[in-house]
Amino acid sequence: MTKDNSNKSLDLAAVRKVAELSRLELTETEMKAYAGQLAAVLENFEQLQAVDTKGIEPLVTPTDLSVRLREDEAVKTKDIEPFLSNAPARSGNLFKVPPVV
Amino acid sequence: MSQISDLSQATCTEIRDAVRAKKVSALEVTKHFSARIKALDPKINAFVTLNEKAELAASNVDGKIARGEDPGALAGVPMAVKDLLCTKGLKTTASSKMLANFIPPYSATVVNRLEAAGAVTLGKTSLDEFAMGSSNENAATGPVKNPWDPEYVPGGSSGGSAAALAARMAPGAIGTDTGGSIRQPASFCGLFGIKPTYGRVSRYGIIAFASSLDQAGPMAHSTKDCALLLETISGSCAYDSTSATIEVPKWSEIIKDDVKGLRVGLPKEYFAEKMDGDVERVTKEAIAALKDRGAIIVDITLPLVKHAVPVYYLVATSEAASNLARYDGMRYGHRTSNITTGSLEEVYTRSRGEGFGAEVKRRIMLGTYALSSGYYDAYYQKASQVRRLIRNEFLSAFESCDVILSPVCTSPAFKIGERINDPLEMYLNDIFTTSTNLAGLPGMSVPAGYSAKGLPIGVQLMTRHFDETRMFNVSLALENALGAVKARRPHVI
Repeated sequence: MTKDNSNKSLDLAAVRKVAELSRLELTETEMKAYAGQLAAVLENFEQLQAVDTKGIEPLVTPTDLSVRLREDEAVKTKDIEPFLSNAPARSGNLFKVPPVV
Repeated sequence: MSQISDLSQATCTEIRDAVRAKKVSALEVTKHFSARIKALDPKINAFVTLNEKAELAASNVDGKIARGEDPGALAGVPMAVKDLLCTKGLKTTASSKMLANFIPPYSATVVNRLEAAGAVTLGKTSLDEFAMGSSNENAATGPVKNPWDPEYVPGGSSGGSAAALAARMAPGAIGTDTGGSIRQPASFCGLFGIKPTYGRVSRYGIIAFASSLDQAGPMAHSTKDCALLLETISGSCAYDSTSATIEVPKWSEIIKDDVKGLRVGLPKEYFAEKMDGDVERVTKEAIAALKDRGAIIVDITLPLVKHAVPVYYLVATSEAASNLARYDGMRYGHRTSNITTGSLEEVYTRSRGEGFGAEVKRRIMLGTYALSSGYYDAYYQKASQVRRLIRNEFLSAFESCDVILSPVCTSPAFKIGERINDPLEMYLNDIFTTSTNLAGLPGMSVPAGYSAKGLPIGVQLMTRHFDETRMFNVSLALENALGAVKARRPHVI
């Protein structure tokens, strides 16, 4: 990294928007730090635009193996308790969550 | 083998043989390594959680032996398991505050296979939070120290597994590798570490970081141990549809150190990178050792690997942003207790803001940005296209060579705190390892020498998809040729 990049920054409004899309509550200090760091990273990543990718199919998984499917059968394998005991809040056999609407 | 001093230095294979031959009990072995953890880990900080049932598991192995039953291919071998793999009933944190109290209802397939083979899970090892990092400084339980010099990082993200192994707190370890997280710490800690071909090992029960890149693999003190551990954990799994149905060779029985006539490719771009003098010297010595044994050295070219870091960080963070969306504080994981309005939105954002560490949040932000409307084509899509071109380059390169050799990293281990405030510099350190994951190829770090300061340095081997056999052969040839490398011991022991 060239240290020169640290002065540049992503628009704070843009950072706020991305934090919102990411469902992350960030402090002003965090947002300012990310603005500078992400700008430096993205500037370095601009190098990709120079690669000719016209007509190239994106590669989303690296092997040629076809995905195997299995029978969609219900299998009773788990107790409920180990799952519920990890819940931050529960009510009997239910997960307790904040009001949704 | 019954002497304690021997046990610390023993390989997994030697321990397995001694346990099966009743020269030592599985319980004695487990007690020995547990005692080492108690004595050494306060200085290293490699373990997050110890398995209180380890001695019980070891006794079960002894019971099988006493009854004349087959105790398995890893009978009584204690293992350090990265805290990214779920262990039923044993806390699994991903080194994150988000999962500080998470107790998995099931185990990862890798863990099930190890335990079915008689291995004993000693404990769970520290990592960079959610496997995001190259130094093991981003861990909820604090930085892990390199046993070769505690002022230095052990590498990451599987830094706890590497440090535990290097300090001989366990004879074998499991790591995961998304962009170098097994190979880089293996290099920094003087270990053998293998990232298998994508699909070789089931990802079921491994906390997801980037699903098209993640693979688990072994770290050990010999090629043969890596082979033994990998053949135990490999193979198709009903719960991971990307796990390959390809046959798993019995590597521990078939590997041989014969490299006569084998074509070893040196990518000129890897050697053009700015590189530490010690790394360059050690890499050249490894190349010379293979040449001496009859390997044919060929120059190859991989022009697009210079873009591997941006491609990797765009793909990995995009997948991470999606994968980590599951941590919403509802069914498990951290939920904020700081309620203002009590709205669902507030609970989501505040729980995530509190539960994730700085690097994880940074990567979620980067990934969300790369996937967001208006930027998707320029970032995620573009990176995925270049990813295909990088894979194609490797496939072409393997027409003129059988194995590719390169450095693992541009430098040996760096000092704790040295790079933590400069994310881009930390990312750029992954230049040699990330392309392997992008292409889905197997890669391995083999101990090859030391820096002037005495820190270990590994070399990287890469082969065609599912050709781990040839990689192990070359690793064994290097191991035998560079015998003096293994003779050194970290300062801590």
